[in-house]
Amino acid sequence: MQEIRESFTLALGLISSLDVDLAEIVGLSLRVSLSAVLIALTLGLPLGAALGMGRFRGRQSLIVFSNALMGLPPVVVGLLVYLVLSRSGPLGVLGLLYTPTAMIIAQTVLITPIVVALTREVIEQLNREYGEYLASLAVRPAGRVRTLLWDARYSLLTVGLAGFGRAVAEVGAVIVVGGNIDHLTRVMTTAIALETSKGDLALALALGIVLMILALGINAAVMMARAAEPRPLPRPAH
Amino acid sequence: MNVNQNAPGANPGKSLFRKQKPARIAGGISLALLTLVWLAGPTTAAERSLILQSTTSTANSGLYDHLLPLFRQQAGITVHVVAVGTGQAVRNAMSGDGDVLLVHAKSTEEQFVADGYGVERFDVMYNDFVFVGPPADPADLTVADNAVDALSRIATSGALFTSRGDDSGTHKKELSLWRLAGINPSTASGTWYRETGSGMGATLNVAVGMGAYTMADRATWISFANKGEFRILFEDDSALFNQYGIILVNPARHSHVKAEAGQIFIDWITGIQGQQAIAAYELGGRQLFFPNAR
Repeated sequence: MQEIRESFTLALGLISSLDVDLAEIVGLSLRVSLSAVLIALTLGLPLGAALGMGRFRGRQSLIVFSNALMGLPPVVVGLLVYLVLSRSGPLGVLGLLYTPTAMIIAQTVLITPIVVALTREVIEQLNREYGEYLASLAVRPAGRVRTLLWDARYSLLTVGLAGFGRAVAEVGAVIVVGGNIDHLTRVMTTAIALETSKGDLALALALGIVLMILALGINAAVMMARAAEPRPLPRPAH
Repeated sequence: MNVNQNAPGANPGKSLFRKQKPARIAGGISLALLTLVWLAGPTTAAERSLILQSTTSTANSGLYDHLLPLFRQQAGITVHVVAVGTGQAVRNAMSGDGDVLLVHAKSTEEQFVADGYGVERFDVMYNDFVFVGPPADPADLTVADNAVDALSRIATSGALFTSRGDDSGTHKKELSLWRLAGINPSTASGTWYRETGSGMGATLNVAVGMGAYTMADRATWISFANKGEFRILFEDDSALFNQYGIILVNPARHSHVKAEAGQIFIDWITGIQGQQAIAAYELGGRQLFFPNAR
């Protein structure tokens, strides 16, 4: 219990003193996880929308597959990306292992299924409501995807936040492909793992608190951005 | 809603995929890749650096935080340390994912060189292993004659013992001691013999948590912050000697290996300046590693 009390004091101290090392670690955490979210959204939104609206063979299997992939253990993703990026692996020549890029790739692999699966759910619901209406307006499929994605943007923000949450909180993938190298690939979660292994539980927990505050800040910022935007037009009557 | 009404002739009943322009998908993917390249940019700086595959014991004790800034100052080379168990470090080096290997399992290191993965092995420094445990000392380790006797006492008493179980240098050493004691602890795995499959620090956390004995390198033990009531119960046996060695990953096998920078680092750490720096590193008034390069 003493450690928990101590860790709050430590966390406050770390934040208020603007600790340089901490800022570096926090910065890399944000850079890696936000990049992964950005790429996962770029890939996952159209894929998820297509899965939610399309009618094609194998769609059901793809949905089950993308849902199952949400449960991918980070360490397995890390291992797969490691094997691909290792100097002995197929993409070894790129020399990406133990770089932030490798960590971004791993987290992208980890959270793209989440974006696909949740987007599919959101868009399928919307399509049920608007599908016929849009069809009656003779909107082309690509236009329908765009329209529904735009209309669902608030729900999709939550999808992005879910992806970000998973990315910024995982340690299994980034520690394998990043190597937790000081001043190069150390992020919040790998730093927490390191301090735990050093037995410095109070500092580990303090870093955890900083990570939570960070997540709170980002979620609050998104919420405020959302509140500042005018609500979309009222839904059309059927 | 932003509804595109200038789309005559669309047939929404058909597949979406066939209607989507491949160019758009390709555009999305290339945008993603561009973002990736852009984000990767700042790390590929022109400064000289190398990757050192090493063990948690050397990293967690703070030794590298002491040595590497000195080396950087003198040689202008940044050393990036990947700290994992010896077994994993050796495997990573075999795959070419590192330029230099600094670990502590001599026979494994010699095999690594013999198999052509490394150029040559050099001694760097040593310290020793200790047995730590709860102050009640149920297996009476404090009166053990030697390390092998200490392990026999644990096995006979059935007191809990946590093993690294992760193919690390410490784990290999522990297994060799069990062999000397004529005991096969794996038959007791899950009962009194508990393999954590984790690093030294994590294993110490488990040992402290369940009141179990464990074997640790002295440097990790001294720098470990979550000792609780635990203390060293057996030490000072030549069988507990812990030698660290350094090897340049063979550039003939992996052409990307930074052989020149790696060799500079090896020459430095086995040379006068590196050896003195190792001897000068203390924690809590105690020297953690003893240089012994020839």
